Amino acid sequence: MTYSLTRRTVLFVYALLVLVPLVVVVAGSFKTTQQLFASPFGLPSSLDAGNYRTVLGEAGLGVAFRNSAIVTGCSVPLTLFIGSLAAYGISRIPGWKGGLVYGFLILGMAVPAQANMIPQYVLFDLLGLTNSLAGLVLVNIVVTLPIAVFIMTGFLKTLPREMFEATAIDGSGPWRTYRSIVLPLSVPSLAATAIFLFVMHWNDLLYPLLFIQEPGKQTLPVALLSFQGEFLTDFPLLFTGVVVASAPIVLAYVFLQRYFVAGITAGSVKG
Amino acid sequence: MTLTSQRSRAADQSAETARTPRARIGLGPRRPARVNRPHPALFLFPVPALVLYVVFFAIPTVEAVRYAVTDWDGFSADYNDVGASNFTTIATADSLFHNALFNNIKFMLVVVVFQTLLSLMLAVFLVKNTKSSVFLRSVYFFPTILSSVSVAFIWKFVYDPNYGLANGVLGAVGLDGLKSAYLGDDNKAIYFVAATQVWFHVGQMMVIYVAGLQQIPAELYESAEVDGASRWQLFRHVTWPMVAPATAIVIAYTTVQSFKAFDLILGLGGNPPKPSLDILSTRIYAGFANSEFGYAAAESIVFMLVIALVTWLQRRAVRLSQGAA
Repeated sequence: MTYSLTRRTVLFVYALLVLVPLVVVVAGSFKTTQQLFASPFGLPSSLDAGNYRTVLGEAGLGVAFRNSAIVTGCSVPLTLFIGSLAAYGISRIPGWKGGLVYGFLILGMAVPAQANMIPQYVLFDLLGLTNSLAGLVLVNIVVTLPIAVFIMTGFLKTLPREMFEATAIDGSGPWRTYRSIVLPLSVPSLAATAIFLFVMHWNDLLYPLLFIQEPGKQTLPVALLSFQGEFLTDFPLLFTGVVVASAPIVLAYVFLQRYFVAGITAGSVKG
Repeated sequence: MTLTSQRSRAADQSAETARTPRARIGLGPRRPARVNRPHPALFLFPVPALVLYVVFFAIPTVEAVRYAVTDWDGFSADYNDVGASNFTTIATADSLFHNALFNNIKFMLVVVVFQTLLSLMLAVFLVKNTKSSVFLRSVYFFPTILSSVSVAFIWKFVYDPNYGLANGVLGAVGLDGLKSAYLGDDNKAIYFVAATQVWFHVGQMMVIYVAGLQQIPAELYESAEVDGASRWQLFRHVTWPMVAPATAIVIAYTTVQSFKAFDLILGLGGNPPKPSLDILSTRIYAGFANSEFGYAAAESIVFMLVIALVTWLQRRAVRLSQGAA
């Protein structure tokens, strides 16, 4: 009895703690500063999109949105492709050789970004890949490959080996096996990995902050961070920025929730 | 990591038994030897990943060690080899680094303790797959998908001393004594960032716990209930020892997250953050931004060692507590 009451109370209070700030932010994006301060919890009096026009236009979030879409749109499929090739090879190369490649690749998960970002910056700068969206795509691929290989190898090892042997007997080479057996069967794990990568690449702040100085090439998190100085107390504009930056991920979450939980959990089980 | 690597080890072992003479005699699954030999083209599949990884990740990691013994500023053509002096400065003379390390440890301890306990409690409450539990889980998980900068801006408003939600709510319910300057209070600022971090990621840890809890066989609870165990005893003697693998994962991941809370600190504390909000990752970034490449590289190596040491200590602690349970 008391347990059930405690449970309900905790669950209710925590749900409020999550939802109330989010509702205040969305409602606040349609308010002026005065309206927000006067009644933070109230609904907006009108759905005036003025803040959105300001944020997307003169504040530069529209350009940043486009840059983020380009970078993420390239880096997620490329990481998936290169990572799944590697995962397939690793899971089919028997004995210590496959294990060695696997161990070497996933060692990268233990290296914090701050440990190699400086030499990385020097190298990218040397190759003319700073201030470039292509450079961001490349760095996204490189830093998330270890975890993508980790998630996808884990999945491929659960596929029955008899199936691969049967295709080999049928005379199908590894490339055909990869294309016509491995890829179709891996759709759930590819989807989960894709979601994980999407969240990582879309939200990444460190590398764009490091590699991009030109305002026209900033991605969303950096552009949003620079709001801090510009609109220091203009919370409605900050909130509008938050809504714009989060919209694609929230939309995906609503429709593909299962893969979010699977992907982000698989990604976090990395010790 | 542990779960999967055990599984893959098991898979490797079964591959090995298949090749032993016993297996060939017919005691194991029989396969034509030709099929067991990998197609040579298979070795090409990991090549693109390996090339990118070696050139743009592994070599820079090794390079960091080389930079760490120099005074390079990042753009000059020449620099001096300074031996271990960067490291002695970090260890003995750099009060900014010590401050960041100390803040980071405070931050980590608070986040690890509260995030682990809260996520386990929520998971225990929501372990059954009823409609309402599944819905609440997806609500609690939601903040995890936002960017750190977005979360930071949301909480900037919660913490705003004049117009913010926290002080507004406290004032409305008559608890004016609990009002605070939050991020403006240098003694407590890092703990308020820690609270935001828990809000941000507790749902993710809850999902890991739910998966762990759902694997506990129901018979264990039934037999303990027959023995007349109380709810607390059930938790203490069945749930807690049985979710130990999930706890190890949650603690390890939360620790690494606490050291990587770079974005959240920059969002809440500005760039560069004030000393009371500085942690190791923001300190290293500040060194980089000030063109102290050699020195920042040395800091980054110390950073890596600190994470390795803390993770190792934690594994020991978790193992000890499991032995005692």
